[in-house]
Amino acid sequence: MHIQLQNIHKHFGDVKANDGITLEFEPGKIYGVLGENGAGKTTLMKVLSGYHKPDHGTIVIDWTDRSFFSPADALAAGIGMIYQDPLDVPSMRTVENYVLGRSGALAVDLGKAEEELTAFASTVGFEVNPRAYIDTLSLGERQQLELIRLLSLGADLLILDEPTTGISADQKEQLFNSLQKLAGKDGKIIILVSHKLSEVQELCDEVYVLRRGRKVGGVTLPATKQSLVSLMFEELPKRTERASYIREHTIMQLQDLQLSDGRILVGPLNLELHAGEVLGLAGLEGSGQQLLLRACAGLVEAESGKIIIEERDMTRFGYHKRREEGVAYMPSGRLEEGLVEGLSLTDHFVLAEPQHGFVIQRERYQQLTEERIDEYQIVGQSTSRVEELSGGNQQRALLALLRKSARLILLEHPTRGLDVRSAEWIWQVLFQRAAEGAGIIFFSADLDEIIERSDRIAAFSGGQMSRIVTADQTTTDELGHMIGGEL
Amino acid sequence: MTGRAWLRRLWPLAPVLGALVITSGLLLLFGVSPFEGFGALLQGAFGTEAKVLSVAAFWVPLTLAAAGLVVAFTAGLWNIGVEGQIVMGAVASSWLALRFDAPRPILLVAEILVAMAAGALWAGVVAIFKTRGGVHEIFGGLALNNIAIIFTNYLISGPWQPPEGGTFRGTVPFPEKALFPLLGVSRLSPLSIALTLGALAAVYFILRGTYWGLKLDALGRNPKSAFLLGVSSEREMILAMMFCGALAGLGGSVRVLSWFDSLRQSISGGIGFLALLVVMLALFRVVLVPFVAFFFSAVLSGSISLQLRTQLHSSLGGILTSVMVLLVLLFGDYRQLGIFGSRGGKALADE
Repeated sequence: MHIQLQNIHKHFGDVKANDGITLEFEPGKIYGVLGENGAGKTTLMKVLSGYHKPDHGTIVIDWTDRSFFSPADALAAGIGMIYQDPLDVPSMRTVENYVLGRSGALAVDLGKAEEELTAFASTVGFEVNPRAYIDTLSLGERQQLELIRLLSLGADLLILDEPTTGISADQKEQLFNSLQKLAGKDGKIIILVSHKLSEVQELCDEVYVLRRGRKVGGVTLPATKQSLVSLMFEELPKRTERASYIREHTIMQLQDLQLSDGRILVGPLNLELHAGEVLGLAGLEGSGQQLLLRACAGLVEAESGKIIIEERDMTRFGYHKRREEGVAYMPSGRLEEGLVEGLSLTDHFVLAEPQHGFVIQRERYQQLTEERIDEYQIVGQSTSRVEELSGGNQQRALLALLRKSARLILLEHPTRGLDVRSAEWIWQVLFQRAAEGAGIIFFSADLDEIIERSDRIAAFSGGQMSRIVTADQTTTDELGHMIGGEL
Repeated sequence: MTGRAWLRRLWPLAPVLGALVITSGLLLLFGVSPFEGFGALLQGAFGTEAKVLSVAAFWVPLTLAAAGLVVAFTAGLWNIGVEGQIVMGAVASSWLALRFDAPRPILLVAEILVAMAAGALWAGVVAIFKTRGGVHEIFGGLALNNIAIIFTNYLISGPWQPPEGGTFRGTVPFPEKALFPLLGVSRLSPLSIALTLGALAAVYFILRGTYWGLKLDALGRNPKSAFLLGVSSEREMILAMMFCGALAGLGGSVRVLSWFDSLRQSISGGIGFLALLVVMLALFRVVLVPFVAFFFSAVLSGSISLQLRTQLHSSLGGILTSVMVLLVLLFGDYRQLGIFGSRGGKALADE
């Protein structure tokens, strides 16, 4: 099988996720697709596997134009994708999951399927128990099962999205061995989407690097890490000078903090955040930075270790209690988990501010809301429902909802989707909070935002936190290595 | 106003008309003229003063349960267990009526309070199963409905069996002083009318003007955002369920102390499930609840004389109301139909 992606365009609203990408894949080779957050890797792979339809451009298989209407369509043509979270059915047995998605006779011969499954597994070098329930399997085993399923359905090209996140070292070794065999012996095409440079170097024959929706380079391995990093991350300007608000006083201290969401293990982390400090967290999405932020907010329980805020051990405090103690948290999904669709701006302030009595004094909150609308320059009325506001104004509203008394401010993607002026304005508000003595931790998909706005920066890779560097002295290059797993 | 604006305003009546048309078709199918049929229905509901009072007496517990359900629905909860909560309220009141003696006003107040407490507790169990055990309130509620009904049957055939051996149909009639004062020979009590109006006002006020009401509204619309804005979801959910349970329990009390005079086998007889339909037909708005409940009550009472007059089974009333609820759920929101142009302003966002 030979595949060409020609001039693939895919836009989501104004965002050009893929902006004219042309790539070629030859049989028997393992390809790496590299790129930082938002480079367009996942979108491109979803186009190739039939999940998205490209706005423009063609997929050419063995010199014939093809278009897919669904992942099943792509699979019929020999293209299979293994997602980061395997899409299996948890309450089923292994063999039942294996049979699923197969057209054929009405009655299922599970006995025969079991034999087939075991035989297939052994040719790839895996061992599976066909009768085990899926939800008793580890992530690595589920991934193996998915791989076998795709192969048995005739996949000649396998796409793996960050396959080594969350699996054991042994399983990784097994996986890499079988991938090498599948490419070398069976002539399959393997595409590995990853940001772990050492793994890409270990496994791949060719690497394509994407940046901002375009292909910026193709490298035949072996190549140095340095050359890959400089392709992945464009050189960013040094941080502009600004006053530092950092004070002596410590706002938060993390001691040997360990976290887990079942997929990745984070920590043990040790960290100190000072009053007036802005700490930026870099790293590919899902590397542990969000888990850390949510643990600080009290939304995720710590496995072990301590979270000390304002000299009090708050490890066991829940979100609401910490909120009363001066922790503020701003989630990334504005209408999903920040604002309530259908309620007015005033309603939101009634909910967010401390309660007085039983009956709402409407005029009081009306006035408060109008003050905040002025202060945060929100285009809207106090009676406007939040879904009537533009994205930028929703973001301002979220910011306005953070209590003034907050000492620790935790932000996810504080300026995502905003234009340059709105983003600048939001940061001026945040710096004002820092100047008043609040400590701020944020993460963002934008490396330049992290460099420009932070005092100090830490990077996350596969749940591990890097050393902490000062923002005005670091380089894109240094951060690139940290994000790529050189902590 | 333009013709189109009028059409929009009158749209909510369309499903009602639709249901009338479908039911008329059914009547014709059985060889009964729709005019005669609906005439008999009206006659049966409002023909005599006694019939009107009976409609009102049935309206009371139905409205109480429906008012409570509006609160639960606002918080996004499907309190199917409302039927069991009515039953437990009835059981609790019966216990006091059978076993305790006190001056009438004290006894009545105690009967009411204990019924509300029992309904609230029964609902609280469902809520705690949900928040702590991850059992969906629909499943927890259905299970507890069954248990409540079995418990009544046990009481009637066991500890509360009438001394003469009993018929497995009910307890002995309660003493006069334990019962609500009635209007004439009807089953309607001015006391229950007052309680119902009070409950409606309370629900309206809670949802319009209090922190608690707003919290429930936020919770029902988006639990995640509500939680992050500071709403303690577990507490408010449990309280919303218990509030609903308390009103349902009060409805149960009305059933044993004025509709009947003793604890009977099917003491609620599906009023809780009817109340769910009432709330849906009222578009989950408490101001519409009393009117819709009255309509239900009239149709269901009227269909009994429909049976006598036309030899059609009295379930026709049930069919009429149920078809109406279905049509409202299907077509009540004209924005979903897209026949008036705009689809309600909500953009379909890709990712």
